[in-house]
Amino acid sequence: MPILDDFIARAALAGIGVSVATGPLGAFVIWRRMAYFGDATAHAAILGVALALATGLPVAAGTLVVALAMAATVSGLAGRGWAMDTTLGVLSHAALAFGLVAVSFVPGLRVDVQAFLFGDILAVGRGDLGWIWLGAVAVAGLIAWRWSALLTATLNEDLAHAAGIDPGRERLVLTLALALVVAVALKVVGALLIAAMLIVPAAAARTLARTPEAMALAAVGIGALATLGGLAVSLRFDTPAGPSVIAVAAILFAGLLAVAALRRKA
Amino acid sequence: MRLITARGLVVRMGGAAVLQGVDFHIDKGEIVTIVGPNGSGKSTLLRALLGIVPAAAGRVDRRAGLHVGYVPQKLAIDRNLPMPVARFLSLPRRRSAAEVAAALDRVGLAPDLGTRQLTDLSGGQLQRVLLARALMGAPEILVLDEATQGLDQPGEAAFYRLIEEIRADSGCAVLMVSHDLHVVMAASDRVVCLNGHVCCEGTPRVVSNAPEYRALFGLGTQGALALYRHEHDHAHDPGEPGHDHHHHHHGGHDHHAHS
Repeated sequence: MPILDDFIARAALAGIGVSVATGPLGAFVIWRRMAYFGDATAHAAILGVALALATGLPVAAGTLVVALAMAATVSGLAGRGWAMDTTLGVLSHAALAFGLVAVSFVPGLRVDVQAFLFGDILAVGRGDLGWIWLGAVAVAGLIAWRWSALLTATLNEDLAHAAGIDPGRERLVLTLALALVVAVALKVVGALLIAAMLIVPAAAARTLARTPEAMALAAVGIGALATLGGLAVSLRFDTPAGPSVIAVAAILFAGLLAVAALRRKA
Repeated sequence: MRLITARGLVVRMGGAAVLQGVDFHIDKGEIVTIVGPNGSGKSTLLRALLGIVPAAAGRVDRRAGLHVGYVPQKLAIDRNLPMPVARFLSLPRRRSAAEVAAALDRVGLAPDLGTRQLTDLSGGQLQRVLLARALMGAPEILVLDEATQGLDQPGEAAFYRLIEEIRADSGCAVLMVSHDLHVVMAASDRVVCLNGHVCCEGTPRVVSNAPEYRALFGLGTQGALALYRHEHDHAHDPGEPGHDHHHHHHGGHDHHAHS
């Protein structure tokens, strides 16, 4: 496809691909109040990058393994009733700090750490694009498959249990989806802003939606729109692309919130 | 026909025994109420009977394929989760619009409530919606965990009348938990008085006259919750094996020969 020869087209498609995964997953992150959970998993990705660079593994593989380990740790601690706010805060920032320290130890490092912190969406290649869409479709498919069970377990775990749903298994599904999203989105928005890509479009979608399904779909749309807007801003004003995407998403959120408030008054 | 049976059930939470040697059963079409003061393990017993919390010892048997309709104590919904009533009634299994309308009607709610958000309902409406959801797909047993918390007394009385009606119509068994006996008792076939172990059980009249029950809940003001501990309650030390549970069965509940 000749369109894929254009780096801007690839960047746009990469951002839209990430939105397909972060839209529905972000809705659950908001409903289950897992915002910090997302942060901790995303920050762990930097440690994954260090691991990959040190061992010669592909970066996506290293990220996936470490993000999965972090997500499983946090999920396990949550299940045992730890005071999550503090624990997550410690884990999240420790993962980031250790990751950055570890990266500095990698000998002969030719890559820019900034690219992993803030993403490098304009450098997305054809191969990256394939992985991003593969991962995003896997995440969206996983969530669509478990949708009703996830929703029931999110509303009330006892209710889910009585209906024959194991809330622990549904938590595991989300944990797995989160690790996949981190691996997929690292190149696009970077470790520091993955959680923002989960939360901001979904929060903006809340003002539009009257059903959970509508909210998840609207979050995908808003994420895609923010990608296109952010890229346009980045090209026009020469701003960093990843942060520009999140900034546009935040502006969409504020605008939709204002519109919703005005409509309620009217 | 036995729907759920527990024998010698022990449940531990963080090492301490919350339930100690509990025998319990509920039959088809029966209304059983579990009463007991705060912290007596009522909700834990319910959750153990449903398999939500594991038994540390003893066993729980549910009839194979038992369809349970569960009404939780409360439903804390994040305001960021948009959830219309009709969608909620379709969780986790999709239900037709006709089924949803029939369920709302059954619990005395208008069909147009289906489009309202759960977070916009009053406490009484939410309780009825939770009940409507539990009734979806005709369960063989309804399980209610202090379902009337937050309702005023007339609201509570109306709710329990509704439960009785539903049992009369559908023949489903009802298992409920309450700390407020006055309202629940009249509707029950059998009352189990719990305080870590089964203190006494029988028909409502028999239980309300039992000395164990009176020790727990006071003499004069039936239903008023007395918070002092059970006078026979020496036996809660988990390190004391095989103690007498004061498991009394008083006469007058001949339709449940629970030896």
